[in-house]
Amino acid sequence: MKLSPSFNRSLWVFHVNSGSCNGCDIEIVAALCPRYDPERFGIKLVGSPRHADVLLVTGPVTHQMRDRVRRVYDQMASPKVVMCIGTCGQSGGVFYDSYNLDGPLDQVIPVDVYVPGCAPRPEAIIYGVVQAIAKLERLERSVK
Amino acid sequence: MSSLLVTIAGVILVTIFGIIAGLFLMGVDRICAARMQMRQGPPLIQPFIDIRKLLSKDSQVPANAIPSLFNAAPIVAFASAVTVLFYLPLGSILPVGTPLPMVGEYGDLILIMYLLTVPALAMVAGGFASGSPYASVGAQREMVTMIAYEFPLAIAIIAIAWRLAVAGLVMPFSVNTLAANPIWTVVGPIGIIGCILLLIVLAWVTPAELSRIPCDTPEAETELCGGLLVEYSGRNLALFSLSMAAKLVAMAGLAVLLFLPWNISPLIGISGIGAAGADLVFFLLKVIVVMFFSVTLVRVVMARFRINTVVSLYWGWLTTIGLIGMFLIILDGSMSLGGCLS
Repeated sequence: MKLSPSFNRSLWVFHVNSGSCNGCDIEIVAALCPRYDPERFGIKLVGSPRHADVLLVTGPVTHQMRDRVRRVYDQMASPKVVMCIGTCGQSGGVFYDSYNLDGPLDQVIPVDVYVPGCAPRPEAIIYGVVQAIAKLERLERSVK
Repeated sequence: MSSLLVTIAGVILVTIFGIIAGLFLMGVDRICAARMQMRQGPPLIQPFIDIRKLLSKDSQVPANAIPSLFNAAPIVAFASAVTVLFYLPLGSILPVGTPLPMVGEYGDLILIMYLLTVPALAMVAGGFASGSPYASVGAQREMVTMIAYEFPLAIAIIAIAWRLAVAGLVMPFSVNTLAANPIWTVVGPIGIIGCILLLIVLAWVTPAELSRIPCDTPEAETELCGGLLVEYSGRNLALFSLSMAAKLVAMAGLAVLLFLPWNISPLIGISGIGAAGADLVFFLLKVIVVMFFSVTLVRVVMARFRINTVVSLYWGWLTTIGLIGMFLIILDGSMSLGGCLS
Protein backbone atom coordinates (compact mmCIF):
# COMPACT_ATOMS: atom_id res chain seq x y z
CA MET A 1 0.00 0.00 0.00
CA LYS A 2 1.42 3.34 -1.05
CA LEU A 3 0.46 6.53 0.73
CA SER A 4 0.98 9.86 -1.00
CA PRO A 5 1.74 12.93 1.12
CA SER A 6 -1.48 14.54 -0.05
CA PHE A 7 -3.53 11.77 1.55
CA ASN A 8 -3.67 13.23 5.04
CA ARG A 9 -4.45 16.73 3.74
CA SER A 10 -7.66 15.46 2.19
CA LEU A 11 -9.49 13.10 4.53
CA TRP A 12 -13.03 12.30 3.44
CA VAL A 13 -15.15 10.99 6.26
CA PHE A 14 -18.03 8.55 6.21
CA HIS A 15 -20.16 8.10 9.29
CA VAL A 16 -21.90 4.85 10.21
CA ASN A 17 -24.18 4.41 13.17
CA SER A 18 -23.94 0.88 14.55
CA GLY A 19 -26.71 1.21 17.12
CA SER A 20 -25.73 4.41 18.86
CA CYS A 21 -28.09 6.52 20.98
CA ASN A 22 -27.46 9.47 18.57
CA GLY A 23 -25.43 11.42 21.13
CA CYS A 24 -22.14 10.82 19.35
CA ASP A 25 -23.74 11.42 15.94
CA ILE A 26 -24.85 14.87 17.02
CA GLU A 27 -21.36 15.61 18.31
CA ILE A 28 -19.88 14.54 14.95
CA VAL A 29 -22.22 16.91 13.17
CA ALA A 30 -21.23 19.63 15.64
CA ALA A 31 -17.56 18.98 14.85
CA LEU A 32 -18.28 19.44 11.13
CA CYS A 33 -20.06 22.76 11.64
CA PRO A 34 -18.64 26.15 10.60
CA ARG A 35 -17.53 26.86 14.16
CA TYR A 36 -14.73 24.29 13.93
CA ASP A 37 -14.53 24.34 10.11
CA PRO A 38 -12.69 21.07 9.45
CA GLU A 39 -12.77 21.86 5.72
CA ARG A 40 -9.69 24.01 6.47
CA PHE A 41 -7.77 20.74 6.66
CA GLY A 42 -9.57 19.14 3.73
CA ILE A 43 -11.88 17.08 5.95
CA LYS A 44 -15.23 16.55 4.27
CA LEU A 45 -18.27 14.42 5.07
CA VAL A 46 -19.14 12.21 2.09
CA GLY A 47 -22.29 10.21 1.42
CA SER A 48 -20.79 6.95 0.21
CA PRO A 49 -18.22 4.61 1.81
CA ARG A 50 -16.62 4.20 -1.62
CA HIS A 51 -15.50 7.85 -1.51
CA ALA A 52 -14.32 7.78 2.09
CA ASP A 53 -10.87 7.56 3.65
CA VAL A 54 -11.98 7.58 7.28
CA LEU A 55 -14.83 5.55 8.74
CA LEU A 56 -16.40 7.04 11.87
CA VAL A 57 -18.29 4.36 13.78
CA THR A 58 -20.56 5.30 16.67
CA GLY A 59 -22.40 3.00 19.03
CA PRO A 60 -21.91 -0.52 20.39
CA VAL A 61 -22.17 -2.92 17.47
CA THR A 62 -25.59 -4.55 17.75
CA HIS A 63 -26.22 -8.02 16.37
CA GLN A 64 -28.21 -6.59 13.44
CA MET A 65 -25.49 -4.09 12.55
CA ARG A 66 -22.52 -6.47 12.70
CA ASP A 67 -22.66 -7.55 9.04
CA ARG A 68 -23.53 -4.05 7.87
CA VAL A 69 -20.54 -2.47 9.59
CA ARG A 70 -18.35 -5.20 8.16
CA ARG A 71 -19.77 -4.61 4.68
CA VAL A 72 -19.34 -0.83 4.85
CA TYR A 73 -15.73 -1.39 5.91
CA ASP A 74 -15.15 -3.73 2.97
CA GLN A 75 -16.71 -1.24 0.55
CA MET A 76 -14.14 1.43 1.39
CA ALA A 77 -11.19 1.72 -0.96
CA SER A 78 -7.87 1.23 0.79
CA PRO A 79 -5.88 2.95 2.25
CA LYS A 80 -8.46 3.54 4.98
CA VAL A 81 -8.69 4.46 8.66
CA VAL A 82 -11.34 3.50 11.19
CA MET A 83 -12.21 5.73 14.14
CA CYS A 84 -14.34 4.51 16.99
CA ILE A 85 -16.32 7.45 18.40
CA GLY A 86 -17.71 7.15 21.94
CA THR A 87 -17.34 4.78 24.83
CA CYS A 88 -19.93 2.33 23.50
CA GLY A 89 -17.73 1.07 20.71
CA GLN A 90 -14.92 0.37 23.17
CA SER A 91 -16.70 -1.35 26.03
CA GLY A 92 -20.41 -1.27 25.36
CA GLY A 93 -20.83 1.81 27.54
CA VAL A 94 -24.28 2.05 29.05
CA PHE A 95 -25.29 -0.97 26.98
CA TYR A 96 -22.57 -3.12 28.57
CA ASP A 97 -23.43 -6.85 28.78
CA SER A 98 -26.61 -6.35 26.81
CA TYR A 99 -28.00 -9.48 25.15
CA ASN A 100 -27.92 -8.21 21.58
CA LEU A 101 -24.41 -6.70 21.38
CA ASP A 102 -21.78 -8.18 19.11
CA GLY A 103 -19.26 -5.46 20.01
CA PRO A 104 -16.93 -4.01 21.05
CA LEU A 105 -16.16 -2.60 17.62
CA ASP A 106 -12.62 -3.92 17.41
CA GLN A 107 -13.94 -7.48 17.39
CA VAL A 108 -15.80 -6.68 14.15
CA ILE A 109 -13.41 -4.49 12.17
CA PRO A 110 -9.83 -3.27 12.88
CA VAL A 111 -9.88 0.10 14.66
CA ASP A 112 -7.09 2.69 14.35
CA VAL A 113 -8.15 5.50 16.69
CA TYR A 114 -10.44 5.45 19.75
CA VAL A 115 -12.20 8.60 20.92
CA PRO A 116 -13.71 7.86 24.36
CA GLY A 117 -16.48 9.91 25.92
CA CYS A 118 -20.22 9.72 26.38
CA ALA A 119 -20.65 11.64 24.20
CA PRO A 120 -17.18 12.93 23.22
CA ARG A 121 -16.90 16.68 22.72
CA PRO A 122 -16.29 17.96 19.16
CA GLU A 123 -12.79 19.01 20.25
CA ALA A 124 -12.10 15.40 21.22
CA ILE A 125 -13.30 14.15 17.83
CA ILE A 126 -11.07 16.66 16.03
CA TYR A 127 -8.16 15.59 18.27
CA GLY A 128 -8.92 12.00 17.25
CA VAL A 129 -8.73 12.97 13.58
CA VAL A 130 -5.37 14.61 14.27
CA GLN A 131 -4.23 11.34 15.84
CA ALA A 132 -5.45 9.53 12.72
CA ILE A 133 -3.39 11.89 10.55
CA ALA A 134 -0.36 11.27 12.79
CA LYS A 135 -0.89 7.55 12.43
CA LEU A 136 -1.10 7.87 8.67
CA GLU A 137 2.15 9.84 8.69
CA ARG A 138 3.81 7.08 10.74
CA LEU A 139 2.52 4.49 8.25
CA GLU A 140 3.82 6.62 5.41
CA ARG A 141 7.30 6.78 6.94
CA SER A 142 7.39 3.05 7.59
CA VAL A 143 6.41 2.35 3.97
CA LYS A 144 9.22 4.52 2.60
CA MET B 1 2.78 16.94 -40.86
CA SER B 2 3.82 19.97 -38.85
CA SER B 3 0.20 21.01 -38.47
CA LEU B 4 -0.52 17.57 -37.03
CA LEU B 5 2.28 18.04 -34.48
CA VAL B 6 1.00 21.52 -33.62
CA THR B 7 -2.49 20.10 -33.17
CA ILE B 8 -1.25 17.36 -30.84
CA ALA B 9 0.77 19.86 -28.82
CA GLY B 10 -2.23 22.21 -28.74
CA VAL B 11 -4.55 19.45 -27.56
CA ILE B 12 -2.17 18.53 -24.74
CA LEU B 13 -1.73 22.19 -23.72
CA VAL B 14 -5.47 22.90 -23.73
CA THR B 15 -6.13 19.71 -21.72
CA ILE B 16 -3.58 20.72 -19.09
CA PHE B 17 -4.99 24.25 -19.07
CA GLY B 18 -8.51 22.86 -18.65
CA ILE B 19 -7.53 20.66 -15.71
CA ILE B 20 -5.54 23.36 -13.92
CA ALA B 21 -8.07 26.12 -14.58
CA GLY B 22 -10.99 23.89 -13.57
CA LEU B 23 -9.43 22.77 -10.30
CA PHE B 24 -8.36 26.35 -9.59
CA LEU B 25 -11.95 27.51 -10.17
CA MET B 26 -13.23 24.80 -7.82
CA GLY B 27 -10.77 26.01 -5.17
CA VAL B 28 -11.97 29.60 -5.63
CA ASP B 29 -15.56 28.37 -5.42
CA ARG B 30 -14.92 26.51 -2.16
CA ILE B 31 -13.10 29.46 -0.59
CA CYS B 32 -15.85 31.91 -1.63
CA ALA B 33 -18.56 29.59 -0.27
CA ALA B 34 -16.62 29.18 3.01
CA ARG B 35 -16.17 32.95 3.44
CA MET B 36 -19.88 33.48 2.90
CA GLN B 37 -20.54 31.00 5.73
CA MET B 38 -18.06 32.82 8.02
CA ARG B 39 -15.52 30.02 7.69
CA GLN B 40 -11.89 30.14 6.74
CA GLY B 41 -12.29 27.48 4.08
CA PRO B 42 -9.83 25.08 2.49
CA PRO B 43 -6.60 26.20 0.83
CA LEU B 44 -6.79 27.17 -2.83
CA ILE B 45 -4.97 24.00 -3.87
CA GLN B 46 -7.40 21.71 -2.01
CA PRO B 47 -9.00 20.32 -5.23
CA PHE B 48 -5.52 19.41 -6.49
CA ILE B 49 -4.80 17.61 -3.19
CA ASP B 50 -8.14 15.79 -3.43
CA ILE B 51 -7.44 14.61 -6.99
CA ARG B 52 -3.93 13.47 -6.05
CA LYS B 53 -5.30 11.55 -3.08
CA LEU B 54 -8.02 9.91 -5.18
CA LEU B 55 -5.43 8.86 -7.76
CA SER B 56 -3.38 7.18 -5.02
CA LYS B 57 -6.36 5.15 -3.79
CA ASP B 58 -7.69 1.82 -5.01
CA SER B 59 -10.41 1.78 -7.66
CA GLN B 60 -13.08 -0.69 -6.64
CA VAL B 61 -15.53 -2.27 -9.05
CA PRO B 62 -18.72 -3.54 -7.36
CA ALA B 63 -19.56 -7.21 -7.75
CA ASN B 64 -22.81 -6.61 -9.67
CA ALA B 65 -21.50 -3.82 -11.90
CA ILE B 66 -20.71 -4.11 -15.61
CA PRO B 67 -16.93 -3.56 -15.40
CA SER B 68 -16.33 -2.41 -19.01
CA LEU B 69 -19.03 0.27 -18.98
CA PHE B 70 -18.32 1.16 -15.35
CA ASN B 71 -14.66 1.87 -16.10
CA ALA B 72 -15.20 3.47 -19.52
CA ALA B 73 -17.76 6.06 -18.35
CA PRO B 74 -15.30 8.28 -16.40
CA ILE B 75 -12.85 8.30 -19.32
CA VAL B 76 -15.58 9.28 -21.81
CA ALA B 77 -16.88 11.97 -19.44
CA PHE B 78 -13.44 13.46 -18.95
CA ALA B 79 -12.48 13.31 -22.63
CA SER B 80 -15.70 14.94 -23.83
CA ALA B 81 -15.59 17.66 -21.16
CA VAL B 82 -12.05 18.56 -22.24
CA THR B 83 -13.01 18.40 -25.94
CA VAL B 84 -15.49 21.29 -25.42
CA LEU B 85 -12.53 23.50 -24.49
CA PHE B 86 -10.92 22.89 -27.89
CA TYR B 87 -13.82 24.73 -29.52
CA LEU B 88 -14.10 27.65 -27.09
CA PRO B 89 -12.00 30.79 -27.39
CA LEU B 90 -9.64 31.06 -24.42
CA GLY B 91 -9.09 34.82 -24.20
CA SER B 92 -7.85 35.93 -27.61
CA ILE B 93 -6.70 32.41 -28.52
CA LEU B 94 -9.41 31.50 -31.00
CA PRO B 95 -10.02 27.85 -31.88
CA VAL B 96 -9.53 28.45 -35.60
CA GLY B 97 -5.85 28.82 -36.49
CA THR B 98 -3.60 28.58 -33.46
CA PRO B 99 -3.31 26.43 -31.44
CA LEU B 100 -5.47 23.71 -32.98
CA PRO B 101 -5.36 24.05 -36.76
CA MET B 102 -7.00 20.71 -37.44
CA VAL B 103 -9.61 20.51 -34.70
CA GLY B 104 -11.13 23.92 -34.13
CA GLU B 105 -12.18 24.70 -37.70
CA TYR B 106 -14.96 22.15 -37.69
CA GLY B 107 -16.69 23.18 -34.50
CA ASP B 108 -19.39 25.69 -33.77
CA LEU B 109 -21.92 26.43 -31.03
CA ILE B 110 -24.15 23.52 -32.00
CA LEU B 111 -21.27 21.08 -31.60
CA ILE B 112 -20.48 22.65 -28.22
CA MET B 113 -24.10 22.16 -27.15
CA TYR B 114 -24.00 18.49 -28.10
CA LEU B 115 -20.56 17.92 -26.54
CA LEU B 116 -21.80 19.43 -23.26
CA THR B 117 -24.39 16.67 -22.98
CA VAL B 118 -21.84 13.86 -23.43
CA PRO B 119 -20.30 14.02 -19.90
CA ALA B 120 -23.79 13.85 -18.41
CA LEU B 121 -24.68 10.91 -20.67
CA ALA B 122 -21.46 9.14 -19.66
CA MET B 123 -22.37 9.68 -16.02
CA VAL B 124 -25.82 8.23 -16.67
CA ALA B 125 -24.26 5.17 -18.34
CA GLY B 126 -21.80 4.78 -15.46
CA GLY B 127 -24.58 5.16 -12.92
CA PHE B 128 -26.71 2.45 -14.53
CA ALA B 129 -23.65 0.23 -14.97
CA SER B 130 -22.70 0.37 -11.28
CA GLY B 131 -25.61 -1.86 -10.32
CA SER B 132 -26.62 0.10 -7.25
CA PRO B 133 -30.19 1.28 -6.67
CA TYR B 134 -28.93 4.67 -5.49
CA ALA B 135 -26.92 5.09 -8.69
CA SER B 136 -29.90 4.04 -10.83
CA VAL B 137 -32.16 6.60 -9.18
CA GLY B 138 -29.40 9.20 -9.61
CA ALA B 139 -29.00 8.31 -13.29
CA GLN B 140 -32.75 8.63 -13.90
CA ARG B 141 -32.76 12.01 -12.19
CA GLU B 142 -29.75 13.12 -14.24
CA MET B 143 -31.61 12.26 -17.45
CA VAL B 144 -34.66 14.22 -16.31
CA THR B 145 -32.48 17.20 -15.37
CA MET B 146 -30.76 17.01 -18.75
CA ILE B 147 -34.08 17.06 -20.60
CA ALA B 148 -35.16 19.99 -18.43
CA TYR B 149 -32.20 22.31 -19.01
CA GLU B 150 -31.44 21.59 -22.68
CA PHE B 151 -34.41 23.57 -23.99
CA PRO B 152 -33.70 26.90 -22.22
CA LEU B 153 -30.02 26.56 -23.17
CA ALA B 154 -30.91 26.01 -26.81
CA ILE B 155 -33.27 29.01 -26.77
CA ALA B 156 -30.51 31.28 -25.47
CA ILE B 157 -27.95 30.11 -28.03
CA ILE B 158 -30.30 30.13 -31.01
CA ALA B 159 -31.78 33.55 -30.26
CA ILE B 160 -28.33 35.12 -30.16
CA ALA B 161 -27.16 33.34 -33.31
CA TRP B 162 -30.35 34.38 -35.12
CA ARG B 163 -29.83 38.03 -34.18
CA LEU B 164 -26.24 37.87 -35.49
CA ALA B 165 -27.51 36.36 -38.75
CA VAL B 166 -30.05 39.19 -39.08
CA ALA B 167 -27.22 41.68 -38.57
CA GLY B 168 -25.75 40.29 -41.77
CA LEU B 169 -22.99 38.12 -40.37
CA VAL B 170 -22.27 34.91 -42.23
CA MET B 171 -21.83 31.76 -40.07
CA PRO B 172 -23.63 33.11 -36.96
CA PHE B 173 -23.03 29.87 -35.03
CA SER B 174 -19.27 30.11 -35.55
CA VAL B 175 -17.32 30.76 -32.39
CA ASN B 176 -15.16 33.34 -34.15
CA THR B 177 -18.16 35.38 -35.25
CA LEU B 178 -19.48 35.45 -31.68
CA ALA B 179 -16.10 36.38 -30.27
CA ALA B 180 -15.61 39.19 -32.78
CA ASN B 181 -19.13 40.64 -32.50
CA PRO B 182 -20.35 41.00 -28.91
CA ILE B 183 -24.14 40.67 -28.96
CA TRP B 184 -24.59 43.89 -26.97
CA THR B 185 -23.06 45.94 -29.81
CA VAL B 186 -25.34 44.33 -32.41
CA VAL B 187 -28.78 44.69 -30.80
CA GLY B 188 -30.86 47.77 -30.16
CA PRO B 189 -32.49 48.82 -26.85
CA ILE B 190 -35.27 46.21 -27.00
CA GLY B 191 -32.75 43.52 -27.86
CA ILE B 192 -30.63 44.49 -24.84
CA ILE B 193 -33.57 43.71 -22.54
CA GLY B 194 -33.97 40.40 -24.38
CA CYS B 195 -30.25 39.67 -23.95
CA ILE B 196 -30.45 40.37 -20.22
CA LEU B 197 -33.30 37.84 -19.96
CA LEU B 198 -31.26 35.29 -21.91
CA LEU B 199 -28.26 35.97 -19.66
CA ILE B 200 -30.44 35.15 -16.64
CA VAL B 201 -31.54 31.92 -18.35
CA LEU B 202 -27.96 30.90 -19.11
CA ALA B 203 -26.85 31.75 -15.56
CA TRP B 204 -29.56 29.40 -14.27
CA VAL B 205 -28.74 26.64 -16.72
CA THR B 206 -25.13 26.56 -15.46
CA PRO B 207 -25.79 24.98 -12.01
CA ALA B 208 -28.05 22.35 -13.60
CA GLU B 209 -25.48 21.54 -16.25
CA LEU B 210 -22.82 21.15 -13.57
CA SER B 211 -25.20 19.38 -11.15
CA ARG B 212 -24.42 21.76 -8.32
CA ILE B 213 -26.83 22.91 -5.59
CA PRO B 214 -29.76 23.70 -6.08
CA CYS B 215 -29.86 21.25 -9.00
CA ASP B 216 -27.66 18.50 -7.56
CA THR B 217 -30.65 16.18 -7.27
CA PRO B 218 -28.84 13.44 -9.25
CA GLU B 219 -26.00 13.39 -6.72
CA ALA B 220 -27.87 14.40 -3.57
CA GLU B 221 -25.39 13.34 -0.90
CA THR B 222 -27.90 13.28 1.91
CA GLU B 223 -30.65 11.26 0.22
CA LEU B 224 -28.90 9.27 -2.52
CA CYS B 225 -25.46 8.96 -0.82
CA GLY B 226 -23.78 10.51 -3.86
CA GLY B 227 -26.29 9.27 -6.44
CA LEU B 228 -24.60 8.59 -9.76
CA LEU B 229 -21.17 8.49 -8.20
CA VAL B 230 -22.09 6.29 -5.25
CA GLU B 231 -20.04 3.26 -6.34
CA TYR B 232 -17.10 5.14 -7.81
CA SER B 233 -13.81 5.34 -5.96
CA GLY B 234 -10.16 6.11 -6.56
CA ARG B 235 -9.07 6.82 -10.14
CA ASN B 236 -12.58 6.67 -11.61
CA LEU B 237 -13.90 9.20 -9.10
CA ALA B 238 -10.87 11.41 -9.79
CA LEU B 239 -11.66 11.33 -13.52
CA PHE B 240 -15.27 12.31 -12.82
CA SER B 241 -14.08 15.18 -10.62
CA LEU B 242 -11.71 16.31 -13.37
CA SER B 243 -14.49 16.17 -15.93
CA MET B 244 -16.63 18.29 -13.58
CA ALA B 245 -13.76 20.77 -13.33
CA ALA B 246 -13.31 20.94 -17.11
CA LYS B 247 -17.06 21.29 -17.55
CA LEU B 248 -17.06 24.21 -15.09
CA VAL B 249 -14.53 26.01 -17.31
CA ALA B 250 -16.51 25.06 -20.42
CA MET B 251 -19.89 26.27 -19.13
CA ALA B 252 -18.48 29.53 -17.73
CA GLY B 253 -16.46 29.91 -20.94
CA LEU B 254 -19.64 29.49 -22.99
CA ALA B 255 -21.37 32.24 -20.98
CA VAL B 256 -18.30 34.43 -21.44
CA LEU B 257 -18.30 33.73 -25.19
CA LEU B 258 -21.99 34.54 -25.60
CA PHE B 259 -22.26 37.59 -23.40
CA LEU B 260 -18.80 38.89 -22.40
CA PRO B 261 -16.46 38.17 -25.33
CA TRP B 262 -14.32 41.32 -24.93
CA ASN B 263 -10.56 41.13 -24.59
CA ILE B 264 -8.30 43.37 -22.58
CA SER B 265 -5.27 43.55 -24.89
CA PRO B 266 -6.69 46.19 -27.31
CA LEU B 267 -7.46 48.39 -24.29
CA ILE B 268 -4.00 48.29 -22.75
CA GLY B 269 -2.34 48.19 -26.16
CA ILE B 270 -0.08 45.16 -26.16
CA SER B 271 0.32 42.57 -28.87
CA GLY B 272 1.88 39.18 -29.58
CA ILE B 273 2.42 36.58 -26.87
CA GLY B 274 1.91 39.18 -24.12
CA ALA B 275 -1.55 39.97 -25.45
CA ALA B 276 -2.52 36.30 -25.49
CA GLY B 277 -1.30 35.92 -21.88
CA ALA B 278 -3.11 39.06 -20.71
CA ASP B 279 -6.29 37.98 -22.47
CA LEU B 280 -6.05 34.51 -20.92
CA VAL B 281 -5.79 36.05 -17.43
CA PHE B 282 -8.68 38.38 -18.24
CA PHE B 283 -10.66 35.38 -19.52
CA LEU B 284 -10.04 33.58 -16.22
CA LEU B 285 -11.23 36.67 -14.32
CA LYS B 286 -14.43 36.77 -16.39
CA VAL B 287 -14.93 33.04 -15.81
CA ILE B 288 -14.48 33.54 -12.04
CA VAL B 289 -17.10 36.31 -12.06
CA VAL B 290 -19.56 34.16 -14.02
CA MET B 291 -18.90 31.18 -11.74
CA PHE B 292 -19.31 33.27 -8.60
CA PHE B 293 -22.73 34.57 -9.59
CA SER B 294 -24.17 31.46 -11.20
CA VAL B 295 -22.61 28.68 -9.09
CA THR B 296 -21.13 29.83 -5.77
CA LEU B 297 -23.68 32.45 -4.76
CA VAL B 298 -26.61 30.24 -5.78
CA ARG B 299 -25.28 27.16 -4.00
CA VAL B 300 -24.65 28.99 -0.73
CA VAL B 301 -28.00 30.77 -0.72
CA MET B 302 -30.28 27.91 -1.79
CA ALA B 303 -31.18 24.40 -0.73
CA ARG B 304 -31.65 21.46 -3.09
CA PHE B 305 -34.68 21.31 -5.41
CA ARG B 306 -36.86 18.24 -5.63
CA ILE B 307 -36.65 16.68 -9.07
CA ASN B 308 -40.17 17.79 -10.04
CA THR B 309 -39.32 21.35 -9.00
CA VAL B 310 -36.27 21.23 -11.27
CA VAL B 311 -38.45 20.27 -14.22
CA SER B 312 -41.16 22.84 -13.54
CA LEU B 313 -38.54 25.54 -12.96
CA TYR B 314 -36.65 24.86 -16.19
CA TRP B 315 -39.56 23.96 -18.44
CA GLY B 316 -41.96 26.48 -16.93
CA TRP B 317 -40.22 29.56 -15.65
CA LEU B 318 -36.90 29.59 -17.43
CA THR B 319 -38.36 28.53 -20.78
CA THR B 320 -40.92 31.34 -20.46
CA ILE B 321 -38.21 33.87 -19.63
CA GLY B 322 -36.12 32.55 -22.49
CA LEU B 323 -39.02 32.74 -24.95
CA ILE B 324 -39.79 36.32 -23.87
CA GLY B 325 -36.12 37.16 -24.35
CA MET B 326 -36.14 35.50 -27.77
CA PHE B 327 -39.34 37.35 -28.69
CA LEU B 328 -37.76 40.70 -27.74
CA ILE B 329 -34.68 39.85 -29.80
CA ILE B 330 -36.82 38.88 -32.78
CA LEU B 331 -38.72 42.16 -32.39
CA ASP B 332 -35.42 44.00 -32.30
CA GLY B 333 -34.17 42.12 -35.34
CA SER B 334 -37.33 42.82 -37.36
CA MET B 335 -37.11 46.51 -36.48
CA SER B 336 -33.52 46.68 -37.64
CA LEU B 337 -34.51 44.98 -40.86
CA GLY B 338 -37.18 47.60 -41.43
CA GLY B 339 -39.74 44.86 -41.28
CA CYS B 340 -43.36 44.78 -40.19
CA LEU B 341 -42.98 47.00 -37.15
CA SER B 342 -41.09 49.99 -38.52
